[in-house]
Amino acid sequence: MSDEKPDLVDVQIDGEWHQFPKGTRMIEACRQASVEVPHYCYHPKLTSPGNCRMCLVEMGMPPRPHPGEATPEADENGHLPISWMPRPVIACANTVAPNMGIRTNSELTEDCREGVMELLLANHPLDCPICDQAGECTLQEFSVEHGQGESHFREQKVKKPKNVDVGPRIRLDDERCIMCSRCVRFTDEIADDPVLGFTDRGSHTVLTVYPGKELANNYSLNTVDICPVGALTSNDFRFQMRVWFMKEVKTIDVNCATGSNITVYQREGQIYRITPRQNNDVNSDWMPDSHRLNFHWINGEDRLTDPMVKEGNSHRITSWQEALATTADKLAGIEGSEIAVIASASMTNEELLMVNRLVKHLNVGHVDTVPREGENDNYLVAADRNPNTNGVKLVLGLDNPGSQLDAIKKGIKEGRIKALLCLQENLVDDAGFDGETLDKLDFFLTAHPIANPTADFADVVLPGGCWAEKSGTMINVAGRLQRLNKVIDGPGQTLEPWEVVRDLIQVTGGGNGIYSALDIFKQLTEEISEFSGLTWGRIGDLGLPLIETGKTIPLLEREKERITQGLIVG
Amino acid sequence: MAIVVDRPKLKWWEHLYLPALAKGLRITLGHFFKMLRGNTKVTMQYPEEKWDANLPDHYRGAPALVTDEQERERCVACQLCEFICPPRAITIKPEEIPSDDKWAKVEKRPKVFDIDMIRCIYCGFCEEVCPEQAIYLRKDYAITGTSREEMVHDKEKLYEIGGVRVGLVNKWNALK
Repeated sequence: MSDEKPDLVDVQIDGEWHQFPKGTRMIEACRQASVEVPHYCYHPKLTSPGNCRMCLVEMGMPPRPHPGEATPEADENGHLPISWMPRPVIACANTVAPNMGIRTNSELTEDCREGVMELLLANHPLDCPICDQAGECTLQEFSVEHGQGESHFREQKVKKPKNVDVGPRIRLDDERCIMCSRCVRFTDEIADDPVLGFTDRGSHTVLTVYPGKELANNYSLNTVDICPVGALTSNDFRFQMRVWFMKEVKTIDVNCATGSNITVYQREGQIYRITPRQNNDVNSDWMPDSHRLNFHWINGEDRLTDPMVKEGNSHRITSWQEALATTADKLAGIEGSEIAVIASASMTNEELLMVNRLVKHLNVGHVDTVPREGENDNYLVAADRNPNTNGVKLVLGLDNPGSQLDAIKKGIKEGRIKALLCLQENLVDDAGFDGETLDKLDFFLTAHPIANPTADFADVVLPGGCWAEKSGTMINVAGRLQRLNKVIDGPGQTLEPWEVVRDLIQVTGGGNGIYSALDIFKQLTEEISEFSGLTWGRIGDLGLPLIETGKTIPLLEREKERITQGLIVG
Repeated sequence: MAIVVDRPKLKWWEHLYLPALAKGLRITLGHFFKMLRGNTKVTMQYPEEKWDANLPDHYRGAPALVTDEQERERCVACQLCEFICPPRAITIKPEEIPSDDKWAKVEKRPKVFDIDMIRCIYCGFCEEVCPEQAIYLRKDYAITGTSREEMVHDKEKLYEIGGVRVGLVNKWNALK
C-alpha cells in the first residue's frame, strides 16, 4: 500500500486505519480523523515545546522480533500487528510513522489525562466567578471531561502575583497560569518582541515580563486569545460581559486593506469584543490591537440617528422621505456636470455598484474616493488603510482613487461644481476640505455614521450605517473577495449605505428593483466579469481569490517559510 | 363510563326550601355561640395580622443580596443568576473594585444589580446557582409598588432586604 503512495503512511487511530502524509504530527492526524486530543501548549501556528503533557496518548509500533523469533506477519490489508508501548507519548511533538498505532481512549491515556488535570488544578485558584475566561476556558472544559472531581492535595495552594499589569492592554494573573508558554512563544516567534518568560522555576514558577519592559506591541492582545486559561486577560474587555451572553458574527476587519477575518461578539445591539478568526490566506490566527479595539465608537454618543436638513444655521431632525425629497428638489436644478460624488473606499462592492448607478443616472461629472495611506507594519497592517480600494478600482472604475479630490476642491471654489454628494466619508477631517469651500456649494449632502465636522456644512445629513451594520463584500489587498456580515442594527433611523444610495437614485427618478444587498451582488456577477459565476454562498466565511494584485501579506510569507522549515504545522 | 345520578324526588314541603334555610341558620347560630365561647377560630385579619411567624424555612420570597460578617458584599458579579433566571428579571453590570479598596483582591463587584420584581417568579434558581453564596430568597412576599420603576429592586434595596448573613464559606480569606 505504502509503495503506491510513497508520501503517505498508514496509521491506526482508536482501532481504525487512516492514511496521512509523512511528517504529520500525531495530534493533527487525530484531528483529521475527527478524534480530539486535549491539549494546552500546542498551537498549530507556534512551535511545540511539549510542556503541558495534556496530549499524552498510548502509542504502538510493529514488534521488533528478538533474534530467532519469527517476524510478524502482515494481515490481508498489509498492516502489521501493533505492539503497544508501556509509556505514553505526547501527540503534539511526535510525527506519525508507518504502521503506527494511537489509542486516545485507552485506560492508560485516560489515566494520564486525569493525572495531568489534577496536577494542573493543584494550584489553580477558584476564580471562575470573577474570571473573564470562564465559559471559554479549556481548563474548565477538560476538567469536566477528564477531571477527577476532587484533588488528592491537602496542602495550601501556592500564592502567586495576581492582577499584574504586564502591558497597557493586558492584565496577568499568575495563579491562573498553567505554564503552557503559548504567550511566550507568540511574542518571540510571531510578534518579534520577546518580553515574556518564566522565572522562579519550580512550584513558584511565574510568567513575568522582562524587567523594565512591557508587553506593549501592536499584537499583544493575541496572547489573550491563545491563552487557554484566564491568566492573560484584556483590559478593554475586562469584566465587560460574560462570554456566554454574547452572540458571535463572522465578518471582516475594515481598518486596513488586509481585511483580517474576525469574529464580533455582541449582546443586545452592543459590541463587546472582537477576536481574530483563522484564515490562513489572510491573517493566519492573529490581528493587530489597533484594529481590534477600534469599535467603541459604534456605540458612542456622537452617532447620527436620524436624517436632518439644514434650516438657517442649524439642523432639524426629519424623516427619510423629507430629507430625500429635499435632495431631489435641490438636485433638480443642477446639471450633472456640476455635481460631484465623493464615495468611500470603506464601502462594499455592492454599495460601490449603487454609487456607480447613481453616477451614471445623474450623469455626474466628478467621482472620487478619499485615500488613506499609512505605514505597512510588516505584519498584518497594510499601508492602505481603506478596506476596499481594490473594489473602488474594479466596481466604481476609478483607476487612481484620490487623484480627483484637488480638482473637485478647485471646481467648487471656482463655482463649476454646485452640488456635492459625500457618501460615508469625512471630508473636513480626512480629505482636507475646509468650511469655506463647502459653504460655496449650492447643495451639499453627506451620509455618515457619525456627526462629524463635515456634517456641520451639509444641507442634508443622512445616517448611514457603519461596517458592523451592513452586509456586503470587499476585496482585500491581495485581491481576495471576502464577506462583510451585519452584526447589529444601526441606531435610530440609520439605513445601510446601499439603501441610502438606492433611495437617492429612486428619488431622483431612477427606478431599480433592488431590495437587498444580495440583489446587488447578483447584478455584480452579471455586470463585472471578475464576479461572474460567484454566489454569496460560494464566497463562504473565508473568501475567494478574485483578482491578482501582486501584493502579499508579510506575516503570512514568514509563516509559510516556517511551515516549510517544519517548525510549525500551520 | 358515565354514571347516571338520579335526582332525588322532593316532597312538597321540601320544595318550599324553608326547612333547609332553617337547617342552615341552625349551623350558623351554633358557630355564633361557639365563637362567643371562644371555640371557633376566625379568618386572619390580613394585613393587620400576618402569618410571617408561621412561614416554613424553605419559603421562597423575594431574592436579595447579602453581606457577610466582615461587611463584604458577597456578590462578585459573575452573572450566573442573570443567565439562569427564567423570566430574565436580573440585570447586572459588573465593575472592577478599585485597588485602594479593602477588598481589592476580589477584583470584581456589581456596579448595577437590578431585579425586576414584576418579572421575578420566585423560583430560587438564582440562589441555587450562586457560586459565592451571595443571593438568597428571603421571606418577604408582599412586594408592592405604585409604578413599574418602583418594582425594580436596585442594589441598595437588595442589600437592605438581604442584610448580613453569618456562617458562610469565607473563600476570600487571608490566605487567598
